[in-house]
Amino acid sequence: MAARRRIGASLGLAPFLLYIGVFLLVPTLVVFVHAFQTNDTPAQFSLDAIRQLNRSATLKITKDTVLLSISTALIGAVVGAMVAYVVSTANQDGLLRRFVTSTCGVLAQFGGVALAFAFIATIGNTGVVTGWLNLEDTSWLFSLKGLTLVYLYFQIPLMVIVFLPALDGIRPQWREAADNLGANTWQYWRHIGFPLLLPAFLGSALLLFANAFATYATARALVNQGSPILSLKIGNSLGNEVSGSQGNLAASLALEMVVIVAIVMTLYALLQRRTSRWLR
Amino acid sequence: MKRRTTTIGLVAAAITLSAAACAAPEKSNSSAGSTNTGGGDQTSGDYMTKLIADAQKEGQLNVIALPPTWANYGNIIKAFESKYDIKINSKLPDTDSQTEIDTAKRLKGQGSAPDVFDVSQAVALANTDMFAAYQVQTWADIPADNKDPEGKWVNDYGGYFSIGYDSAKVDAPANLDDLLGSGYKGKVALNGDPTSSGSGVAGVMMATLAAGGTVDDLSPGVDYFKKLNGAGNLIPVDVTPATIESGQTPVVLDWDYLNAAETKALPSWKVVVPDNAVLGGYYFQAINADAPHPNAARLWEEFLYSDEGQNLWLAGGARPIRADAMVKAGTIDEKLYGALPPVKGTPVFPTVDQATKAATYLADHWADAVG
Amino acid sequence: MSTAATRQRNQTVTRWVVLLVVGVIFVIPLYSMFQYSTRISPQNPSTWDSWKAIGQNDQLRQAIFTSLKLAGLTVLGMLVLLVPTMIWIRIKVPWALRLVEFLCLLPLTIPAIVLVVGLDNVMSWVNYLVTSGPLALTFPYIVLVLPYCYRALDAGLSAIDVATLSEAARSLGASWTTVILKVIVPNIKSAVLSAAFLAVAVVLGEFTIASLFFYDNMQVVIALLGLENSNVSVATSLAALMFGVALLFTISFIGRRPRQEVES
Repeated sequence: MAARRRIGASLGLAPFLLYIGVFLLVPTLVVFVHAFQTNDTPAQFSLDAIRQLNRSATLKITKDTVLLSISTALIGAVVGAMVAYVVSTANQDGLLRRFVTSTCGVLAQFGGVALAFAFIATIGNTGVVTGWLNLEDTSWLFSLKGLTLVYLYFQIPLMVIVFLPALDGIRPQWREAADNLGANTWQYWRHIGFPLLLPAFLGSALLLFANAFATYATARALVNQGSPILSLKIGNSLGNEVSGSQGNLAASLALEMVVIVAIVMTLYALLQRRTSRWLR
Repeated sequence: MKRRTTTIGLVAAAITLSAAACAAPEKSNSSAGSTNTGGGDQTSGDYMTKLIADAQKEGQLNVIALPPTWANYGNIIKAFESKYDIKINSKLPDTDSQTEIDTAKRLKGQGSAPDVFDVSQAVALANTDMFAAYQVQTWADIPADNKDPEGKWVNDYGGYFSIGYDSAKVDAPANLDDLLGSGYKGKVALNGDPTSSGSGVAGVMMATLAAGGTVDDLSPGVDYFKKLNGAGNLIPVDVTPATIESGQTPVVLDWDYLNAAETKALPSWKVVVPDNAVLGGYYFQAINADAPHPNAARLWEEFLYSDEGQNLWLAGGARPIRADAMVKAGTIDEKLYGALPPVKGTPVFPTVDQATKAATYLADHWADAVG
Repeated sequence: MSTAATRQRNQTVTRWVVLLVVGVIFVIPLYSMFQYSTRISPQNPSTWDSWKAIGQNDQLRQAIFTSLKLAGLTVLGMLVLLVPTMIWIRIKVPWALRLVEFLCLLPLTIPAIVLVVGLDNVMSWVNYLVTSGPLALTFPYIVLVLPYCYRALDAGLSAIDVATLSEAARSLGASWTTVILKVIVPNIKSAVLSAAFLAVAVVLGEFTIASLFFYDNMQVVIALLGLENSNVSVATSLAALMFGVALLFTISFIGRRPRQEVES
């Protein structure tokens, strides 16, 4: 019967689901339950923390975080895709490709205080580039604008690394076939190349969005006043010497972050379904 | 057959997932049964000998949030380890006071829980139920205002909020208003966000005093920072030794002992406490009521409040709590004591009520001031 | 010149121009770090002192080994967990694709400082059942690398027809292990390598969870060094980056086909 086959097939997912359940879902649920509680012991049910999400200050922070993540995701995706493309045209076993992918792999995870200082040493008050270009005032580095630039430093390499396997899947035969039919480069890309790569491109962009959305240490090193993005607000709620730890607020903010990513993912899934219809 | 396997599998999965939400059985805590020497007669001559022996049997001490350059803790830890042959596990050196308490709650009952706390006023007074009472041998030397009558907490060192600046990069500021000048564009940083960090609050309080106000109402202080930010002089970067030494933050508002630590790495770094805007603050020492190594914890406190420990704090630029008694007894390190930045004006030490009021005000108004 | 040859030459020119421009831009911050680490100061009396100090630090050396072991275990665990699962979904349970995709994106969405509270109990079980040493971090790390590795593997699997390949192999009598190891994996080599790269890089760069669970991995020790000496900490961060590149470069030679084999 179809139902029994379905259950049987789903059992193949059991090890994965069990692992995720123990090491991700249960810890997440433990945290999210706290979003609906007070901060005293024993904790009681309360919607206070959830209501705080609706304050105008928090809504502004949410909006700014989403904009920051979208912009770095899009720019990072486009630039990263270009770099990935030129790497994919190089010799697969060659030293250039190995070197570029190794560097991108490392830089994709470069962040925190070290990355922040690298930029401070570059375009800060006494930065190397500040000296070369005689820049007057570079304190924009410590604002959302600066964060956009710094985020791109790991977003672009991340895009290269996750998008490259998709580019490797392009068969030279497709280009040959297009040539034989008289297509020029632009037509090839528009009708064959881009549509085939779009699903992987969108998926990688989604990853970049989530990556920027949750970045904390890098942002904190650069903007330690005012908590202008969600992850900083969470950090502000937890290690708080002034008003005490507000674990429930941190939990509700984290819950909001997951909901936002879920919404973005739903839009992404709808977009995927629409654009890959002709592939079936 | 398949259905039974599926059912068993589902039940096993359910058990695993529920277990994951609960804590595992504890492995035997090696020092859980050690008796507290502190309960015995402290005046007996053998007391210290017995305490040292018991502490050495425990063999370890867990400390938290003690950066090596914070009031010379790096050397204090090394001195204690070599003097008593007890290993100190220093974890999370860069974290804040609230996380110290939260970590102790998280790790309650485990062998890695912190044994002692060194926390700011607000955190200490809000969490006294986490502390174990203990009075060090030199208890009498400490002023009554600086210790809990029950012995649950005691001030260890204090300082005044200050302006630290690189004399090679900027002009010497005589007071806070000087920092509003154009020569300080993009150069001033406050250590800590006042909505979450005690040093941040102290900075706003110092600015309030400098503007002629009192710490009951922080609006002058917040206005000052709003002006500083509007002039483009205040930058929100997180202050680290690297930002100071690289010249990114040539002016830092921070506790005087924290600023003083930078002079070693950057000889042109100077520290000045503004006249008539003297904001003082103490840190609070306490022993975790559930300390895995209670005797080592007590020995640690004895060491910190001995002449040697107090002078080590003094070497870090902090004012040790027994300073007055030690000056009278002649046991203080005269050279270090004389090297502390001079202070003109009556120091203001905010009370708990003033701090609570300040916290509410800042939570509502700080983000707008620096946004 | 034929169209193919012109195209080849254009591609080579474009490649070098793009890589040079992007490369120079990306090297500048690294150069700034290098310049700061070799700057003469009371803490760095001679140009290379900070760099020399890296080799002399025992705690750092141990932490590097710990991080390397963690990286290896995490890559293995991730591959064993993800590759069969993703192949299985494509063949048998296609309706679960979006669900698994979302689950694999979750670890990235929840900040580590929030997750650590929920992880406490789970880690206490790991300490009780497996080990209380730093290698216990492998379990949360496998979860942490899921978002990146899923995306890399997904890009590779989408490019080949997994269903047909596995059906063909099965009908020829291959077991599932053979299908996975000998049929699918060789066709997604670059994706597996990307996933492994990302897993290694994530583990080598991870700080928050290790520090909150009191383990001394590479980043925790680097941060500790940073509290005492800023030149050494910048030098160490830069050295860690170069070490990572060298490590990944070496890993990229694993699974290289011997010259005699014929390209498919």
